[in-house]
Amino acid sequence: MAITNTPVALTAADEPAPVVRRRRIGQSFRQPAVVAGIIVLVVFALAALFAPLLSPSDPLVQQVINGLQPPSASHLMGTDKLGRDIFSRMLYGTRISLLVGVGVVAIAAGLGTLLGLVAGYAGGLADELVMRITDIFFAFPALILAMAIAAALGPNLRNALIAIAAVTWPVYARLIRGQVLSLKEREFVLAARSIGVPRWRIILRHLLPNALAPLLVQSTFDLGAAITAVAGLSFIGFGAQPPTPEWGVMISEGRNYLATQWWLATFPALGILLVVAGFNLLGDGLRDALDPRLRK
Amino acid sequence: MARFLIRRLAGLVLVLAGVSVITFALTQVVPIDPALAALGQNAREDQIQAFRHAYGLDRPPVQQYISYIGRLLHGNFGLSIRTRRPVADDLRDYMPATIELSLAAMGVSLLLGISLGIVAAVQHNGWVDGLARIFALVGGSLPIFFLGLLVLALFYTKLRWLPGPGRLDPYLTPPPRVTGMYTIDSLLARNGPTLRSSLLHLVLPALTLGYFSTAVLLRMTRSAMLEVLQQDYVRTARAKGLRGSVVLLRHALKNSMIPVLTTIGVTFGSLLSGAVLTETIFAWPGLGRYATASAVSLDFPAVMGVTLVSAVVYPVVNLLVDIGYHVLDPRIGVG
Repeated sequence: MAITNTPVALTAADEPAPVVRRRRIGQSFRQPAVVAGIIVLVVFALAALFAPLLSPSDPLVQQVINGLQPPSASHLMGTDKLGRDIFSRMLYGTRISLLVGVGVVAIAAGLGTLLGLVAGYAGGLADELVMRITDIFFAFPALILAMAIAAALGPNLRNALIAIAAVTWPVYARLIRGQVLSLKEREFVLAARSIGVPRWRIILRHLLPNALAPLLVQSTFDLGAAITAVAGLSFIGFGAQPPTPEWGVMISEGRNYLATQWWLATFPALGILLVVAGFNLLGDGLRDALDPRLRK
Repeated sequence: MARFLIRRLAGLVLVLAGVSVITFALTQVVPIDPALAALGQNAREDQIQAFRHAYGLDRPPVQQYISYIGRLLHGNFGLSIRTRRPVADDLRDYMPATIELSLAAMGVSLLLGISLGIVAAVQHNGWVDGLARIFALVGGSLPIFFLGLLVLALFYTKLRWLPGPGRLDPYLTPPPRVTGMYTIDSLLARNGPTLRSSLLHLVLPALTLGYFSTAVLLRMTRSAMLEVLQQDYVRTARAKGLRGSVVLLRHALKNSMIPVLTTIGVTFGSLLSGAVLTETIFAWPGLGRYATASAVSLDFPAVMGVTLVSAVVYPVVNLLVDIGYHVLDPRIGVG
């Protein structure tokens, strides 16, 4: 399971000047591994975007007579037992996985950032309360809690997305709180406070933009982790349900055929592997660029 | 030390109270009636009422929670709706299999992750380093459930080198229960065939479950060793003529273990999540499989039991990690 509750190590105090940061991002993004990650992600993003144009057939249409055909010119990735074209299902699966990844990270980062900002800036009881709640969430094995949430809400893709977001947000709350704690004592924030800038404006205009770099790095890693986690939930029956062309469902449908009809489960697994590796490589590049202490 | 332990244990009680509130809250939002889920759609009204009364589902939520906590304090996790047995008995039966699998997986990760990480750091930018980095990238990206299916198809179905799902060959009787872990119980019973079979059955699930943490540990050991190997005291040790292996194992390794220890703590928590998927694939009768089956049948007393027990693991492992810091580097105080 790829979901880990480890926030990236990056503190606001180490933030480089914008010009230096831009140069570092440029250097990092020229590393072959990062370039490879970006290329992979662009290819999958384009595949997701143009899925209806690129698909040779409807991903749900069954032609049982053509079932379990190996990859060939007419079916690039073969067909499943119901004769559905796997290449078409892969294209639509890319769409689902990328949207799910973005959805999970948007909810988790949104909620975590909000609570982290409140905890870090207000301090005292609010801080203690938010931190103890994150402690509780960190104690749960992520997939078991996500499974319980998905089971309680009903097994479908939307609820799997909510379940994974519900176990991911504490990382963001901790991360942003740490950033705010170090930023709120800096001169520019003290100056803003001394001239009477309202609290909400200090948070939104001064603290949040300066705390975004580590959030971006964490989000990049979590996009991949969320895709794997939702696919895992779907694999055991708590996420997307058949016949949805979701990668976890497709691997589950092909699980009994791996030794004989390898293409059923292998292509969706390769899809997850490549997209998650792409996000991990991009995350490495961003972290190297934004955190001078971790540069190789 | 005593104060540190008391403070951490008090924190653990708070965390467990929070965990119990969250899992209990989940039981209240279930859109399906657990009584109907257990008895089927054709159940009579009086049967449903009797079921609800037997499981306390007819009382207000706060009362249900208070009586649940009261029972928990006496070690009573309630009755499983699915197995109709006390949840505590189920946990006692299923937990040793998960502990055995997790320890074997952690053993694999420590052995492979740390040794490959050291070799990769020593041969920095060489071909071993390149391979190790690819291994780490794939390990962090390949879904564990596909890896499980892949090794099962290859080593069990195709090559027939290793046994398939389950903990023991079907013709063997499990060893007399002492710890519940078949390998240890077979050893205690001096039963060679069950020991061999249980060890062979452990190989594929342990490799699958340990693969992700191996990749993380490899990455962390490599970068920690690279940093330590560049430090002045290592150069001094080399300059005074110490053998390469002595410098590496006596001087560099110990100091690079602090971040590795942190990683062990974090990845051990993720092993339990991985166990859910691994146990499903390998039909391993552990907590993960029990949790999955219970969640499918909306058996929330059982799900709450599993979450409470597994929520103890992460804080306890992190407590051990904190004590480990102090052992590795006495300058780091506990607490």
